[in-house]
Amino acid sequence: MSLITTLARLEAVDSGRAQPAATVRHRHLSERPLVLVPLITAGEAGAPLGALVGTDRDAPRLLVVPQPRDRDLRFAFLAELADIVLPYIDAYADAVEVAERTETDPETGKRVKVEVDLCADAPQLIVPSRAGVELVRLLGRSMRFRRTAEQDPQTPHPAPPRVPLLGRWLTHYAERSRVPGSSLLLALTEVLARHWATGQSGLEDQHLGALLAWIDPPEGGSGAEAALRAELARDERGQLLCPPAGPATDPAFDNKLLAPAIERYDRARGTFAAAEDGLEADDRLGAVTAAEREIRALVESVTRPTWDAVWRGLDLLRALPEGGHVAERWTRDRWSFTGHRDRVLSGEPPQPRRDDAVTAANKLATREREQARLEAQEALDDPLVMAGRRLAGEAFAGEVVDVEMAYSEGRRPSPRPLVTVRTDDRPYLGERVKVYRSLGGKPQSYEFVARQDDGADGALVVLRVLDKMGRGKEPEPGSVPEKGDRICFTLFEHEQRGGAKLPDPEDTPWTHGGPPGEETAPEPADPVTEEDVL
Amino acid sequence: MTAEAIADPGAPLDPGTAAARATEAILRDTLHGPARGVVVDSPPGAGKSTLVVRAALELADAGRPLMVIAQTNAQVDDLVLRLAERSPELPVGRLHSSDADPYDKALDSLPNVRTSAKAADLTGLPVVLSTAAKWAHIKVDEPWRHAIVDEAYQMRSDALLAVAGLFERALFVGDPGQLDPFAIVGSEQWAGLSYDPSASAVTTLLAHNPGLPQHRLPVSWRLPASAAPLVSDAFYPYTRFRSGTGHGDRRLAFAVPSDGSGPDRVIDEAAESGWGLLELPARHTPRTDPEAVRAVAAVVRRLLDRGGAATSERSPDPAPLTAERIAVGTAHRDQAAAVRAALAELGVSGVTVDTANRLQGREYDVTVVLHPLSGRPDATAFHLETGRLCVLASRHRHACIVVCRAGVGELLDDYPSTEPVQLGTLVKFPDGWEANHAVLAHLAEHRVSWRP
Repeated sequence: MSLITTLARLEAVDSGRAQPAATVRHRHLSERPLVLVPLITAGEAGAPLGALVGTDRDAPRLLVVPQPRDRDLRFAFLAELADIVLPYIDAYADAVEVAERTETDPETGKRVKVEVDLCADAPQLIVPSRAGVELVRLLGRSMRFRRTAEQDPQTPHPAPPRVPLLGRWLTHYAERSRVPGSSLLLALTEVLARHWATGQSGLEDQHLGALLAWIDPPEGGSGAEAALRAELARDERGQLLCPPAGPATDPAFDNKLLAPAIERYDRARGTFAAAEDGLEADDRLGAVTAAEREIRALVESVTRPTWDAVWRGLDLLRALPEGGHVAERWTRDRWSFTGHRDRVLSGEPPQPRRDDAVTAANKLATREREQARLEAQEALDDPLVMAGRRLAGEAFAGEVVDVEMAYSEGRRPSPRPLVTVRTDDRPYLGERVKVYRSLGGKPQSYEFVARQDDGADGALVVLRVLDKMGRGKEPEPGSVPEKGDRICFTLFEHEQRGGAKLPDPEDTPWTHGGPPGEETAPEPADPVTEEDVL
Repeated sequence: MTAEAIADPGAPLDPGTAAARATEAILRDTLHGPARGVVVDSPPGAGKSTLVVRAALELADAGRPLMVIAQTNAQVDDLVLRLAERSPELPVGRLHSSDADPYDKALDSLPNVRTSAKAADLTGLPVVLSTAAKWAHIKVDEPWRHAIVDEAYQMRSDALLAVAGLFERALFVGDPGQLDPFAIVGSEQWAGLSYDPSASAVTTLLAHNPGLPQHRLPVSWRLPASAAPLVSDAFYPYTRFRSGTGHGDRRLAFAVPSDGSGPDRVIDEAAESGWGLLELPARHTPRTDPEAVRAVAAVVRRLLDRGGAATSERSPDPAPLTAERIAVGTAHRDQAAAVRAALAELGVSGVTVDTANRLQGREYDVTVVLHPLSGRPDATAFHLETGRLCVLASRHRHACIVVCRAGVGELLDDYPSTEPVQLGTLVKFPDGWEANHAVLAHLAEHRVSWRP
């Protein structure tokens, strides 16, 4: 935890309210996000119990699996989910704009510019918490290898037609969410915790109710008390007033309410199946429907508060102005969405179960690059984030007190002016360290020359300007700081260099096991075991 | 069963012979063995660079074009200088980046060293050296016959993936006890895969080629007889090594007698026994604990003021203990910066102050270490990492002084490591918890309590 975060958390404890950790919003928020509040069954990893899903905060769709261990009902749930999510995704797939991309020409091997489609906007999925993201990943994995009756008439438990496709999309979204700064799939607690520092631990911040209580406490009340209430307060039936955001449910809810309701449903189904004539069956079907309605009401009662909390959290985030580089990062999300759309359209098989060596290395390199880029961009977009970097000695701000013209040695001397900056910050400047400032959105580099103490806290830092001054003997106007300018310099780079190109997967070297074997495409689904079938 | 074990099971060989035999075996496998790769584990100061230089010269003599892959520019430059020192006539290529000032200027004065940012300018030279990052951008039609990968345990698997297509066979040399490579983003997704891109290059190499010959260098020439057993026991319990020198071979003496202060007492203890622990009162502190930082600076100041002289097997006369021969090691960069500032206040200059990561591969007469767990309320995986403590405790030729707040033992017992277990990954022994306890137990015998 950085010093400034520690300070913000201490202030939050002291004041009983969360303190801002950012002055702008660092993640893209879609105008029409799809919110998903899923629940799973205790003890059954990946067995959905129900969900609230939709794009309209006043009219969520409630999906429920009345008997989560019944795979037919599970499939029915997934098919319903697909019917909501896939049309939402498709709505974004067709609106495209033309964009340029550099590609390697397969014949000449040269880098050429090509015009390609880029989706004008991308669908955004929002879940309440990190555990929700993990469930999206798990659902994606459990669905994408399923076979439909159309694909394979022999398959023992055919999946409904659009379920494998939903699995591929959920997998893509979950995988994209691992890229730092991406916004295709967001866990609300993480985004909120990025923008506010509460007086509780990072672990406690994963409780959406408690987090919101800190950020937006009830009128006149303390956030700390409200958060404690959100975590612990129960009604006269022993049920939590603020149910957990899921996907796990509260054990008291499971034991006291859900289990008896599911038992009644099972019993009703049993007697319905044993009905001997149509009249009796009609009667008993009514009992099944009533039992199912009861479970639906229960699931809604514990998802609706979370649903409302998610939208309240989105309101809080929307009140912040968007950061300067957010749109640029969202464009990369759009590329990611467009790329997967194209892979689906061209009939490629689902994402493999495991990455091969080259894909894994490429993903890691991309994510490290995006992480560094995100850290730099957040600091450049947000003075409060930059303050944290200044406090950590990774940046400094100050006033230019002197500019002295100088030239490089060599046959064709170019301008290398010396700039003296007075700062109260304490940057970790060492010999030959480079620093950067943003000049019209582009980084201008400087070299550290000397430093001299000035007063009790301040220091005079002499820097040499290295670039962005044009090609002439005199620097272009505006390219060199002037006396009196207040400038913020960073010790970190603003832009990231691309990494080295890795070999193609079929050229994987001997050190990494050689080329991956021929896959039997598409990979078969996990074998069905006894535990899978009720 | 090796010949030496049969010949002489009781009395061990003298260190020189043991080391020479290990080197012979390595060179035999490298030059004449059938395997595509040879792995050499080298404990701290066991002559790894000497081995690399020797293997490079023998491969060049055998007429096999050789590429050398190191991890940092400083390591590459150091190898080039050593090569030129050993064999001034050998033409050597130094491939460098196109940044400003990409290599040590000392290379320019060497007549047979050619430097270039383009691999094409260096074709035909018997040995070409560069960093893994630079090699990754090079494309060749015909791979090199041989490669030497230096500091292979600090190289990440994905970095090896980028360069492995450049060579046919390779000698991998490194120290398994030092800091593992790391990624700045989570990589749990690939944990357990044989080619986990965030694992070390050697881990991936051996997972895919389990039959490769593995050697190790058995003698540390850097660590004194007082340090080798502790470092070996704590960090290399299954691949022990010993010191190349005996207990009487090295001596550290001071002209100015102790003034009875904590720093002076711990200096005397360390001069006598090779280890010293300056223990400050227990307290939870920020990372840049001002008292501990000042204590580190005070110890360094006194080391210089008291006119130290180091006697070793290198020369019959004592060598003065100067600022260049002292280093301060910390866990974090801000701690290093704080120590530098404190030293500047005391008028000390020329002493190396850096983090464990940057001290890897370096050697000093005396090191002063700010213990990674000093003053911490918790023991995170970062601070417990075995390699971090191992690097900090194995940089010295004479003595190591650790500055630490009391209570680290209790901290370790309160927070046993709780890293999630990943299926398919090799559990690394010893774990940081155990290694920390082993070092602490030893340091406790050389403790000087001090209230500044």
